[in-house]
Amino acid sequence: MLTYTLRRLAYVIPVAFGVSVICFLLVHIAPGDPLTAVMPIDATAEQQAEMMAIYGFDRPLPVQYAIWLGKALMGDLGTSIATGREVSAEVSRAVGNTLILAVFASMIGFPLGILFGFIAGYFKDTLVDRAVTALSITGVSVPNYWLGIVLVVIFSVNLGWLPSVGAGPGGSTAWKWDFEHLRYIILPAVTLAVVPMGIVTRTVRALVGDLLSQDFIDALKAKGLGRFEILKHVVKNVTPTTLSVVGLQLGYLLGGSILIETVFNWPGTGFLLSNAIFQRDLPLLQGTILVLALFFVFANLIVDLVQPLVDPRIKRG
Amino acid sequence: MSASMDARIEATPGTVGLEAETTVPVRSQGYWRGVFTRLKRDPVAMVCGAILLLLFLVVIFAPYLPLADPYKGSMIARLKPVGTPGHILGTDELGRDMLARLIYGGRLTLMLGLLPVVFAFAIGTTLGILAGYIGGALNTAIMRTVDVFFAFPSILLAIAISGALGAGIVNSLVSLTIVFIPPITRVAESVTASVRSLEYVDAARISGAHPLTVVRVHVLGNVMSPIFVYATSLTSVSMILAAGLSFLGLGVKPPQPEWGLMLNTLRTAIYIDPLIAALPGMMIFATSLCLNLLSDGLRSAMNIKD
Amino acid sequence: MREVKNSRDRGGPAQPLVIANDLTRHFPVRGGLFGKAAGAVRAVDGVTFTVEKGETLGIVGESGCGKSTTARLLVGLIGLDKGEIVLDGEKLGGDLRLKDLWDDVQMVFQDSWASLNPRLTIEETIAFGPKMRGVSKVDARRLAHDLLERVGLAPARFAGRYPHELSGGQRQRINIARALAMKPRLVILDEAVSALDKSVEAQVLNLLADLKAEFGLTYVFISHDLNVVRFVADRIMVMYLGEVVEIGPVDEVWRRRAHPYTSALFAAMPSMDPDARTEKPPLAGDPPNPIDPPSGCRFHTRCQYAEAVCGKSVPRTSVVAGIASHLAACHMLDEASGHTKAGAAPTLINEAAE
Repeated sequence: MLTYTLRRLAYVIPVAFGVSVICFLLVHIAPGDPLTAVMPIDATAEQQAEMMAIYGFDRPLPVQYAIWLGKALMGDLGTSIATGREVSAEVSRAVGNTLILAVFASMIGFPLGILFGFIAGYFKDTLVDRAVTALSITGVSVPNYWLGIVLVVIFSVNLGWLPSVGAGPGGSTAWKWDFEHLRYIILPAVTLAVVPMGIVTRTVRALVGDLLSQDFIDALKAKGLGRFEILKHVVKNVTPTTLSVVGLQLGYLLGGSILIETVFNWPGTGFLLSNAIFQRDLPLLQGTILVLALFFVFANLIVDLVQPLVDPRIKRG
Repeated sequence: MSASMDARIEATPGTVGLEAETTVPVRSQGYWRGVFTRLKRDPVAMVCGAILLLLFLVVIFAPYLPLADPYKGSMIARLKPVGTPGHILGTDELGRDMLARLIYGGRLTLMLGLLPVVFAFAIGTTLGILAGYIGGALNTAIMRTVDVFFAFPSILLAIAISGALGAGIVNSLVSLTIVFIPPITRVAESVTASVRSLEYVDAARISGAHPLTVVRVHVLGNVMSPIFVYATSLTSVSMILAAGLSFLGLGVKPPQPEWGLMLNTLRTAIYIDPLIAALPGMMIFATSLCLNLLSDGLRSAMNIKD
Repeated sequence: MREVKNSRDRGGPAQPLVIANDLTRHFPVRGGLFGKAAGAVRAVDGVTFTVEKGETLGIVGESGCGKSTTARLLVGLIGLDKGEIVLDGEKLGGDLRLKDLWDDVQMVFQDSWASLNPRLTIEETIAFGPKMRGVSKVDARRLAHDLLERVGLAPARFAGRYPHELSGGQRQRINIARALAMKPRLVILDEAVSALDKSVEAQVLNLLADLKAEFGLTYVFISHDLNVVRFVADRIMVMYLGEVVEIGPVDEVWRRRAHPYTSALFAAMPSMDPDARTEKPPLAGDPPNPIDPPSGCRFHTRCQYAEAVCGKSVPRTSVVAGIASHLAACHMLDEASGHTKAGAAPTLINEAAE
């Protein structure tokens, strides 16, 4: 158990290293030379020379990488071309809003997905199952950025119940735990939750359905176990796989929020990214991607570390 | 030493030579024919297949259809509602015919959605089979690289690469292809590794055949269908992502019609004519739904479990 | 020794077809913090034996004793860590390349589902090997049809079928035909009849006997079923935890089970004679973990005659009852071993089997 934990922890290091290499290379796959890619167009020759000295763009790639990584580890992700502010400051301000959105979406998507999946799997091949299956395949097929627009049309434009864009009243960009802010988060969170919900539903339905058709369930019934006890066995058996699917979907929530935030003008990392794209602000793009990817790596790490606690089969040593 | 192998066991009378025959037609059905027969019995998959086929035919032959010019706008005919004479599906924010733009837009969206999966299927299958069949250091090199790409949620990776490369059709194709290579490689590697351990592959190896021949004849045919089904399940995601990139301004550039881009430029119209604004998204949704349902049908017709 | 007519015979009848010397293969077990090799399954650990031309050598033992690994080593599917294989006087890796080995040695596999490619017709499966050897398509096809006929499956009805349309016995006939299509001198049958029903098993065994006579084959017959091995084999080799514990002519071993493990294995056979049935389980428990096998004699943890010496030193291989072809590795057969029953062994082991 301890070796498993240590091994899993040790495995994070090469992955995080690889992630940083890919993020570093983003500036180099951009067309044109990397210097102009990270500088405003109107930068003076002096500014350019200064930048050259800081990043060492004339040195070999591995050296450049080392310099960049050194700075990144110290929390220096460069300067935004568009705003001239520190990328790390921009990202840290935005990442909180993204996480809030992801947390709300998880609270909607995962419990519902698990519940629906369970119901469909338990009543497999009935009308209920077919309805849930149709709902979940709709969920995974819908382009959520479109769904967001549709929800805005229905709930903001037509019914006028909820605000259409923004994170709070009066253009507030900082999350607060109050009723007004809650009204703003409902639509984006629901939109973001739809795809993970569909995927979790499909997975859980398949797991539960498979499990109930296995021989040991008949054996349990023959032993005289009631419905409730059998359900307990089912829950025990589907938890590990469900957990790992949920873990993967956490990453989807981080990534998927990019488009949703654009639709709802939600002041998170996605909004930051879409601005960076629009203004070709590569340092901002690079920094934001790096932070989000590392979040995903650690989210998966945590899921993997929790996994053995719920899965008696894993006793890797 | 007497070879007792030369002795014969008295076979039970009545079963001499052959065990009881099952009645099987002498002409055997090939694998793909069987899959198709089963698929034909799945009404949902067949309907979806038919819709997709129709959609493909329409977008491919769009230039030969009696459609309005998708680029020609009119300042006086902006945002005409659905059902307007001459514009069955209305007009967009610049007065261009929606039907023509949706059909021409479908060309780009479908191409941008499907081609990356095709490319990634070719590359990922090759890498996965190499890693799974040869194993060892090559496997480690390929699969650890794949792991790194897996550390990125797919949308994030697509946006990162597209964002760095800049907007454009080719860049969008490249970035989506890169996004789908790792998952296909992973599936290909795992099915290949399991097929490789089967005894018919051993039997082929001890025939002295060249490793490439063993892979072609004995591995490829048996790993292809699960990889293929997996790839088809990615087409819907790929199309949503491709349209999403255009939606963000990373794919197709205006004035070219593309569903994601149309969805974005029509966003301002939601207060005036929500139906028009929703049309491009409906197309993405309907196509993606059909792709998913067809892929599901294919999966069960091929008897593949996850 | 039976006369062997084969144009490829190099060393004459006195030269064993296979000399397997000190075959060793360990499979590393990954573990620890950085996936380093934490140990090794000692699947085959210093196995030495010969296969004479024209004989059937039976290999028996519990599952996990290294029978199948030995088979895969013999046919070159996996490499040796140590030791050598000499085929008719030529050493593998020296004059003899893998490709040459496969000209002479083929294998019939156990699992009849996994051993046939589901995407190929029967005819394609059998013709694949010869085609790879440069036989023309037409000739390979004709050969496949001839062999189908020979193994009792009418080509007109079976050639175009797929494996899933056949019964287990039929598939195993295909397996045999595929091996024979390579025109081997030695066929390794790894649990080739174990998965079949008893009546079908008998038919396949008869077929194997006929084919052996017809093509002048040599067999290595691996099975966990002692009854079958006793029936088909000329000599029998008993393996335990990757080692050979006893080898000898089948009747000889049957009469004098020199090694306590052999004795236990034979005693564990189900008997048709109610009087011969025993209440006492002859072999208790599972074999020990091959990653960390017991010291000294590997069987000492389960042996009823075990003494201190058995856990300390590895027994030497001794001749049993003065019959040079009957060997066993037990301290009780070695007068110098210090075992209290040393030297008394052959009389100790029950002679009353026949």
